[in-house]
Amino acid sequence: MTPFVYARADSLGETIAAGAAPDSAFLAGGTELLNWLRLGIAEPTRIIDISRLDGLDQVEALPGGGLTIGALTHLNDVAQHALVMRDYPVLSQAILNAASPQLRNLATIGGNLLQKTRCAYFRAEEQLPCNKRQLGSGCSALHGINDNHAIFGWTEDCVATQPSDPAVALAALDAVIVTAHRSGGRRIPAAEFHLLPDTRPEADNVLQQGELITAIELPAPAPRSAYLKVRERESYEYAIVSAAAVLEMDGQTIRRAALALGSVALRPWRLSAAEEQLAGAEIGDREALSTAIEQSFAEARPLSQNAYKIELAKTAALRAIERAARMPS
Amino acid sequence: MNFHDRHLLRLRVNGEDHSLSDLDPRVTLLDLLRERLHLTGTKKGCNFGECGACTVHLDERRVNACMILAVSCEGREVTTIEGLANGDALHPVQQAFIDHDGFQCGFCTPGQVMSAAALIEEGHTGSDAEIREWMSGNLCRCSAYPQIVEAVRSAAGRASQ
Ligand SMILES: Cc1cc2nc3c(=O)[nH]c(=O)nc-3n(C[C@H](O)[C@H](O)[C@H](O)COP(=O)(O)OP(=O)(O)OC[C@H]3O[C@@H](n4cnc5c(N)ncnc54)[C@H](O)[C@@H]3O)c2cc1C
Ligand code: SF4
Ligand code: FES
Ligand code: FES
Repeated sequence: MTPFVYARADSLGETIAAGAAPDSAFLAGGTELLNWLRLGIAEPTRIIDISRLDGLDQVEALPGGGLTIGALTHLNDVAQHALVMRDYPVLSQAILNAASPQLRNLATIGGNLLQKTRCAYFRAEEQLPCNKRQLGSGCSALHGINDNHAIFGWTEDCVATQPSDPAVALAALDAVIVTAHRSGGRRIPAAEFHLLPDTRPEADNVLQQGELITAIELPAPAPRSAYLKVRERESYEYAIVSAAAVLEMDGQTIRRAALALGSVALRPWRLSAAEEQLAGAEIGDREALSTAIEQSFAEARPLSQNAYKIELAKTAALRAIERAARMPS
Repeated sequence: MNFHDRHLLRLRVNGEDHSLSDLDPRVTLLDLLRERLHLTGTKKGCNFGECGACTVHLDERRVNACMILAVSCEGREVTTIEGLANGDALHPVQQAFIDHDGFQCGFCTPGQVMSAAALIEEGHTGSDAEIREWMSGNLCRCSAYPQIVEAVRSAAGRASQ
């Protein structure tokens, strides 16, 4: 670890003022940042500990319906909050399928969205060609080990995926990420928060230096929703693919569906074409559901070792829809 | 905001207050416990959050000590495996690990025991499946998993299914 200086932040104002200086990094749960420091993925010279900022660790109902989740709320506290469990099961399930119980006691919901890819070349202890580590050095995965890399939205500059589970649920829920910054805050739709590699392969998301996530807002309740995670072991493992489904139903008929896939691209991947065709489908008609899902896979492109992920992703989407339909409304 | 490269840290470990000067902010809670307080019961397995060998309680919640900067623990309370027993009386989870052969080499055991003690407080012991899921943050290279589940189930006071 390269040396750094450390300070604890007491107020939002001083946090966003101090954060604006280049080479500063916020410390929330530390479960990503500490690994970046160890591997040299980030080498900040100033660490601003935001973990004790007041008022950013609450889950509260919004006056007009919906919920606001403070960015510093620990993952276990979000997932086991009564309102999240009742009204947004997809988010609760996505979180409880992430990391481990100990890590979820440290990790925050805001920090979770800022995690970087698990691509082994990117996380290597000795530096290998990787455009996300060093722009212009190339992509080792493109013709290397890419069995768990992207099937959507990749370019020859980077074929990695974004591994967050909660982000997939938030994309399907049409959540909003609320930020504060020295030059004013903004509201960012969750599905637009992460960046594909087509413009700036080295960048992961739209945040600017010193921009602080303060809250995540969820719209109207989505009780008929579910998350499915496919992985190599049952627990404490990242996804090969995951799927979040949010449904509105009239009896057995789907009125509206929102679907997002995880670990298939550098952002949670919404299946818009499938969603359109799912409106009006009967939940018991597997063929209709599969045909609808198929619409969104016209743009899927496998790499040399990961064609299997395309089939896996289609099945995961189908099973997530069926699971969501079985949730009590 | 006052940034420093050396810090004074006050924290309570296993009921004892400590005041540690000249602390480099890069030191993790795990290294502080092992190297400065000589509490070597807490183990370093991976140092990347991937194994759970370093599990301790921070203000009564189980966490990975390798993922925490020690300096961020100012004013907080830490319990390690050395502080779990009540004098000579073992904690029920420690006794249950002995009774059920919950370990082989023992390297993962302090972390398993700290995790299990917290899990029972959390109430995640409704079934063996629930115990397995909520113990999944602790890997065991010797694969003593069936005995660990038995030990946790028995410590939680629940009859075998
Ligand atoms: C072994 C292991 C397994 C894991 N498995 C999974 C998994 O299966 N699924 C999954 O989704 N995740 C998984 N994770 C990732 C984990 O969930 C994240 O590391 C965690 O959520 C990050 O949150 P944090 O608060 O610890 O972030 P930190 O490490 O504190 O911060 C990460 C980054 O975000 C910035 N940051 C933090 N909070 C804010 C904020 N409010 N505003 C602006 N910037 C901020 C920091 O400056 C830093 O750059 C795993 C991690 C480990 C170590
Ligand atoms: S896929 Fe992306 S992160 Fe992995 S080596 Fe290529 S550029 Fe680096
Ligand atoms: S040493 Fe901390 S999790 Fe492995
Ligand atoms: S007893 Fe050897 S690692 Fe668990």
